[in-house]
Amino acid sequence: MKTSHRRSVRRLVLATAAVTAATVLLAACGGSDDSGGSAQPQGSPDAVNAALEKGGTITYWSWTPSAEAQVAAFQKEYPNVKVNLVNAGTGNDHYTKLQNAIKAGSGAPDVAQIEYQALPQFALPGSLVDLREYGFNTYESAYTASTWTAVHAGDGLYGLPQDSGPMALFYNKEVFDKYGITVPKTWDEYVAAGKKLHAADPKKYITNDSGDAGFTTSMIWQAGGKPFSTDGKNVSINLQDDGTKKWTGVWDQLVTGGLVGNIPGWTDEWFKALGDGTIASLPTGAWMPGVMEASVKAGAGKWRVAPMPTYDGQPATAENGGSTQSVLKQSANPALAAAFVKWLNHDGGVKPFLASGGFPSTTADLKDATFVDKPSAYFGGQQINQVLTGSADSVVKGWSYLPFQLYANTIFGDTVGKSYQAKSELNTGLKAWQDALVTYGNQQGFQTNG
Amino acid sequence: MAESVVLRRRRAGFHRDSKGWIFVGPFLAVFALTFLAPIGYAIYLSLFREQAFFGGTVFVGLDNYLDVIQDSKFWEAFGRVLLFLVVQVPIMLVLALLAALAIDSARLHGANFFRIVIFLPYAVPGVVAVLMWGYIYGNNFGLAADLNDLLGSTSIVPLSARWMLPSIANIVTWEFVGYNMLIFYSALRTVPEELYEAAAIDGAGTIRTIRAVKLPALRGAIVIATIFSIIGSFQLFNEPNILRTLAPNVITTYFTPNMYAYNLSFAGQQFNYSATVAIVMGVITAVIAYVVQLRGSREAM
Repeated sequence: MKTSHRRSVRRLVLATAAVTAATVLLAACGGSDDSGGSAQPQGSPDAVNAALEKGGTITYWSWTPSAEAQVAAFQKEYPNVKVNLVNAGTGNDHYTKLQNAIKAGSGAPDVAQIEYQALPQFALPGSLVDLREYGFNTYESAYTASTWTAVHAGDGLYGLPQDSGPMALFYNKEVFDKYGITVPKTWDEYVAAGKKLHAADPKKYITNDSGDAGFTTSMIWQAGGKPFSTDGKNVSINLQDDGTKKWTGVWDQLVTGGLVGNIPGWTDEWFKALGDGTIASLPTGAWMPGVMEASVKAGAGKWRVAPMPTYDGQPATAENGGSTQSVLKQSANPALAAAFVKWLNHDGGVKPFLASGGFPSTTADLKDATFVDKPSAYFGGQQINQVLTGSADSVVKGWSYLPFQLYANTIFGDTVGKSYQAKSELNTGLKAWQDALVTYGNQQGFQTNG
Repeated sequence: MAESVVLRRRRAGFHRDSKGWIFVGPFLAVFALTFLAPIGYAIYLSLFREQAFFGGTVFVGLDNYLDVIQDSKFWEAFGRVLLFLVVQVPIMLVLALLAALAIDSARLHGANFFRIVIFLPYAVPGVVAVLMWGYIYGNNFGLAADLNDLLGSTSIVPLSARWMLPSIANIVTWEFVGYNMLIFYSALRTVPEELYEAAAIDGAGTIRTIRAVKLPALRGAIVIATIFSIIGSFQLFNEPNILRTLAPNVITTYFTPNMYAYNLSFAGQQFNYSATVAIVMGVITAVIAYVVQLRGSREAM
């Protein structure tokens, strides 16, 4: 009995080791040295049309709601091209898989959806095809200036813009009317409105911000901050610049005063709070109407859209979110992949994209009267696109994201999140964020200073 | 002459050996492929440092290990799971033990019903369980919010920095009490009836029988359950990783050592350092589990 016990215990130690090995496995699955692809084709503008005529099969990874309709329409127009649409997950799940496939040297799609903020992270290490070789740089005039900048990394052009997210203030008119709040035009008025609302009903908040890297960077952008800049190997990070200070000057009042709700975004609680008046307004991207119509049914008829409050009353806004489609170096048929990208965001793909409720980055559509003047039932018949397209014109110029923005966003909660958690000055967290990013940048081979 | 006998013997010996190898060969091949190779690869990885953007891969020897030893994030994560282990594991095992003894006592009506009900949470997929608890813990619309409304307080905040670890411990306890109870219960079932009869003849009451017969019989099972629980605690990942969506500022990317390793490799592309963290954590786990095993079996003697 005793010896059998011992034996079973010894076996257990083996089991311990096995479990340990599983952990190690987790760490081990991703380690080939090949970061780029092997195919190095010579592209040309004619190659795109030739590839379409010849046909073939490509794979497209995307989680956008319009992808299915777009692929169907494309295959109808070009029956000899087969597009395998794969939803590899939303956001980070998608990028993790993409990164692993790139690292493994095989298994990546021909075309992938990539958000503007994530583009440099894939473009700079050479994982994406520079579409200038297919002459796509001649399409510049078709897109808004801010999205056209967003699909560049260094000099290279790594996609054509699909959607854009110029920011506007979405607000619950019912709540605003009930508490006698007028739509704020400046951030000072916004803070005042926040105080008034919270004093009248402690369960209501002028807005919700539990600490979100995408929101923070957009708000710094709007305030004129340019905390990140990249020039080849040199990265500079300055989250202490004037623009950032301008934003924290306003936002600290809301955070330290407990005037913002702290419900994490995209959770059920968040959707619920948007519907029942707990969150009275939200400064966010122009893609928000589609989200609200789909997931905040209780808010129908109550919400309206106004231009972003600004610091001096002059129109100024930023982009929040938005994505592009890129061709991967791994692609065996990059010309056909590029042709698909061009069709998606320059030709026939724009129509199904608009039909699915997307907010475009193509200037022609942003000026098109049927789009601009379309009344929205959800927003009480308001012609919201007039506000949103107006916002697209006043995006502050000169912004760029970090070449490792996705990583930066992951550790946002570790650093700035702590300030939010403690309802203390955001600058402490921003400093910690900056320090962590400088360390990381240097570890990854950049000359980072901050 | 003598030489050839020796040779023949040797040959026969080799022959016997080779037959043995044929039998264990398939196992060894799979073992090497799925067990030794990944560990070997992880150790290999841990000796290098690759820069995700510029600079490529360089051999750094034991530098990664030195970094882990000085990494305050790693030790913060380790300290957290250690605290978790020291508090949660005893509570869970005592509850499991009490449940097993109660069901085994033959005095409980509907013992089968209780056995299944207590075991049921273990059958719920871990992810679903955590999501469910997440809804209960929600302090805006969850049960916690309702309780706060009822009591007119704001003190029940299971997802706050202060309460997060107890909240996770609660989920883990709920999930694994039934599993450990089953280990204990099955050990109790193997106690021969004669021992109970002998105890009864000697005049032992219920408590005395538990102390003199049942607990000694359970010793091995307790050691096993403890080792499993230690491993489980050090491997804590699912629960905090899922709750992170609900409390992104409370649960950092290095909340537990496993989360740290995961985020290092999949968010930061620091595969080499991640492998080092995993190896260090694996060695610590193995050492602690071994010490528990030694102590446990010594007491068993």
